[in-house]
Amino acid sequence: MKFPGAMKFPGAMKETLWTFAALASHWRRRPGNFGMLLLGLAMATALWSGVQALNAQARNSYDAATAAISGGGARTLGSSRGGLFDQDLFVKLRRAGFNVSPVLEGSVRIGEENVRIIGVEPLSLPRRSPIAHLRSRADLIEDFFSGPGRGFASPETLRRLNLAEGAQPLTNRGRQLPPLAALAEAPPGAIVVDIGVAQHLLDRHEKLSRLILADDETLDEARLKSIAGDALRLVAANEESELDRLTDSFHLNLTAFGFLAFLVGLFIVHAAYGLAFEQRLPTLRTLRALGVAPMHLVAAMAWEIAVLTLAAGGAGVIGGYALARALLPDVARSLESLYGAQISENLALDARWWFSGLAMAGAGAVLAAASGLLKTLRLPPLSVSRPIAWRAEHHRYLRRQAALAVLALVAAACAYGFGKGLASGFAVIGLALLAAALFLPVGLAGALALGEHVARRPLARWFFADGRQEISGLSLALMALLIALAANIGVGGMVEGFRQTFGRWLDARLVAEVYFEAATPADAQDIEAWARKQSDISAILPVWRAKTRIGAWPVDVFGMTPHETYTAHFPLLDAEPNMWTDLRDQDAVLVSEQLARRLGLGVGAMIDIPTSHEDWRARVVGVFPDYGNPKGQLRIDHEKLKRYFDDASGIHYSLRAAPGATPRVIEDMQQRFDGKIARIIDQSELKALSTEVFERTFAVTTALNTLTLIVSGVALFASLLTLSEMRRARIAPVWALGATRRQLAGLEMIRVLAFAAGAAVFATPLGLFMTWCLVAIVNVAAFGWRLPFHMFPAQWLVVLLIALCAAFFAALVPLVRLARSAPTELLRVFSNER
Amino acid sequence: MLRVERLSKSYPTPQGPIPVLRGVDFTLDAGASLALTGESGSGKSTLIHLVGALDDADSGEVVLDGVALTRLPEKARAAMRRDKIGVVFQQFNLIPSLTVAENLGFQARLAGRYDPPWQQELTERLGLAALGARYPEELSGGQQQRVAIGRALAVRPKLLLADEPTGNLDEATGDNVMSLALDLVAATGCAFLMATHSERLASRLRRRVRLESGFLAQ
Ligand SMILES: Nc1ncnc2c1ncn2[C@@H]1O[C@H](COP(=O)(O)OP(=O)(O)OP(=O)(O)O)[C@@H](O)[C@H]1O
Ligand SMILES: [Mg+2]
Repeated sequence: MKFPGAMKFPGAMKETLWTFAALASHWRRRPGNFGMLLLGLAMATALWSGVQALNAQARNSYDAATAAISGGGARTLGSSRGGLFDQDLFVKLRRAGFNVSPVLEGSVRIGEENVRIIGVEPLSLPRRSPIAHLRSRADLIEDFFSGPGRGFASPETLRRLNLAEGAQPLTNRGRQLPPLAALAEAPPGAIVVDIGVAQHLLDRHEKLSRLILADDETLDEARLKSIAGDALRLVAANEESELDRLTDSFHLNLTAFGFLAFLVGLFIVHAAYGLAFEQRLPTLRTLRALGVAPMHLVAAMAWEIAVLTLAAGGAGVIGGYALARALLPDVARSLESLYGAQISENLALDARWWFSGLAMAGAGAVLAAASGLLKTLRLPPLSVSRPIAWRAEHHRYLRRQAALAVLALVAAACAYGFGKGLASGFAVIGLALLAAALFLPVGLAGALALGEHVARRPLARWFFADGRQEISGLSLALMALLIALAANIGVGGMVEGFRQTFGRWLDARLVAEVYFEAATPADAQDIEAWARKQSDISAILPVWRAKTRIGAWPVDVFGMTPHETYTAHFPLLDAEPNMWTDLRDQDAVLVSEQLARRLGLGVGAMIDIPTSHEDWRARVVGVFPDYGNPKGQLRIDHEKLKRYFDDASGIHYSLRAAPGATPRVIEDMQQRFDGKIARIIDQSELKALSTEVFERTFAVTTALNTLTLIVSGVALFASLLTLSEMRRARIAPVWALGATRRQLAGLEMIRVLAFAAGAAVFATPLGLFMTWCLVAIVNVAAFGWRLPFHMFPAQWLVVLLIALCAAFFAALVPLVRLARSAPTELLRVFSNER
Repeated sequence: MLRVERLSKSYPTPQGPIPVLRGVDFTLDAGASLALTGESGSGKSTLIHLVGALDDADSGEVVLDGVALTRLPEKARAAMRRDKIGVVFQQFNLIPSLTVAENLGFQARLAGRYDPPWQQELTERLGLAALGARYPEELSGGQQQRVAIGRALAVRPKLLLADEPTGNLDEATGDNVMSLALDLVAATGCAFLMATHSERLASRLRRRVRLESGFLAQ
């Protein structure tokens, strides 16, 4: 008895292999086309996986920061209001038998770098904690507890601080760190010290930031309440960390731009593969006629796609790694300055990332090749040698594009109408871009039809008529260009609008000439007393700070004293008429825009604010813009801050100095108070710092945008290069009838430039719409602030020029080749079978 | 009208140049017609291309209407093609994006010699009157070739070149097209050079020559 399947499989395999070989031979003849296919897929993958690498790196660093102490997955107790709580509570809990380990965290400045100080008690730390590894440095463990103690930092952190093991740097509060030692497990950007040392370094005596619960501890909430009251809050092991939540929108933003770049890259792949499919159609037909089943053809093509994915995807993932490495410093700096997050600059990615990059490349390749595969399945075995009916096809194509565009537009409207928040904002932008891209060929065809109608001279008529034929071949590249240009206008408009708003806002917000931070509240008193007697100093304004939590959001509370500095300048979005007097005399607060949106509060609303004692009920008398701040902010009267918040910082001040006296005042203070001043900075320097933070935040977006534009330029180049062969068949008859090659090359160039200009013209309103979406939907959802909408016509001109340049250079090589091509090459058109 | 002297041409290949024409001489007067026969690969198309100012010869000369083609710069050659030469190819080579009427008048308009009555006459004699608004893809092969002949003659060329003009057509259609072409050639008084495989077609022209190993045999 024969088992048919057993013999069939190798035969089928062989057939597929031969078919594969026949199909693959095509690439040998057209290495350029193959290169473009690889390049497109590699670039798309690189941009996508690069962005994913940045996100993964940042998230790993956040996790590392929390897990480094607790070992991950541990429950902790934190202050209900945020900020710190008294060590007393810990002592009471320990006495009551709770198995908890204390932690104090805070940051200090060493030189120009921010460093996180983490104070722990190693003996009570859960065994899983990587920090517990400091036991591996048995040589030092004694020192950790006794004498000056030890500070553990990762080798990377030591390098960044430019310090060697054993160094004892001073903080800018004048406190000396214990001798440093390297410990690979220490979290990035942090120094781990004994809890007592941390309290001294941070000047937080008898204070803690959280308690880690031992794994086996079953928490009796009732007993906890009876000992600690409402002061402590249980933070579940899987609760999203504050950093995760704050940085979410930043990462979503990155992902969105990475995806946009990926899509633009896929346009290249789709264009290159589509062309290869057309060119291989005769081969496919022949294979079909020779009896190869459609399934085998598709299987062979699938093989081809798999090989492509491995080659181009692999190269792309490596490129993504390189890209991430290049952008990481900017991203790390911007996350640090915005959110205080420490990101390790040693890019470490796991296998999952590599595989997901390859999977994305594969998905992209399949998507780009899908229409070719489907057509192959339906390929009739009999070759129909009718000339390609391009007109009928052209109209079908235009109708389909228009229908899809309308569909995308309807979807965009739905996303806007029914969706909410960030995802809906991005969906509206994406769908609108798609709709415009789909409609672009229809618009261009209309313009060309109009031109044909008006043109009188024969070459001009040919120019327009033939252009319509070229559209379908170029449309994918033009769509990619359109998307890239629109994204540039959209993001450029948003960034520029933000820059202007931010600049004006900063001027109004930073009115005081000098800002300083005393080392301790006692030092601050001394400085204050001295400053009041100086003739150069017209006012000293305490700007003490405290922390609280409202509706699960961390909120900073700032105090302010009634002064012209605020009443005449402080920027406000909305306010009650007697706001400044009410703020001083009544239970009243100013709320930052972000917080107001998050809590749904407006002027006149009441708000309950957790304080050191009981909740304080106050009326919102004003809403102020607070651009660039991820946290919510409340501004209250200085006296009330002192009354309600026992732990108010007591060290932050700003000074009003006589015009021109600022440098002298600063120098005076530095000489007189030296160690009592942790930090002093003048207005212009602070503005420069803030602006730098701002610029850095958008550096990555701008870089991704520029890369997207480059990718679309390459797409145009690839399409023109691969089309040039088809174009030759169209041009040859006109040449034979008496037009010169140069004339024809010139016309081709004008046409490409006109197409690019058309894309740019299309891109402008689209870009404006995108700016509006970013400003009115995305920014509000992501950051909580709404910017005024600005237009920048100069920018549009630049984008138009960029489009023309991209088109010019993309067209240059194929056209110079055409202008110089030997007549023989054009004559081949007449002797080759079609 | 047309004088060809010691014309030679070889194509470069990786194995070295292959000589195709080794020294071809002939003349053709206005109103005369010449059939060019020869085996496949003998160089008929090559000769047509050289005479049509479409390609460069290695040596020798083509003189058309008193102008030596081989020494002309690209621009002047294009002008020669446009103004004095009509070409009909085996694959018709119509411009797919233009209508039949536009294709017909294209070269004449390029040359600035668009002549509506002549255009009208050509359209009628070629039986294309009803097809003017159609596009090439909507025509049969014979119809397309008639358009190509009309296009070549609309400019009133001094020389009409045809390379296997009926090669893609069946016999009856081919004969029909050929008759039309010959009538019109007679009407315009241009010189006519046609490359063909077919002895039967060749016999309809006044003279015939044969290309063999790079030379013309009478
Ligand atoms: N571009 C080219 N490169 C190299 N060799 C060529 C080229 N064009 C033609 N040839 C060679 O020159 C020779 C003459 O070609 P040509 O096309 O003139 O022949 P033909 O007489 O028109 O043939 P047919 O009757 O088949 O059309 C052939 O051997 C051909 O292989
Ligand atoms: Mg030939």
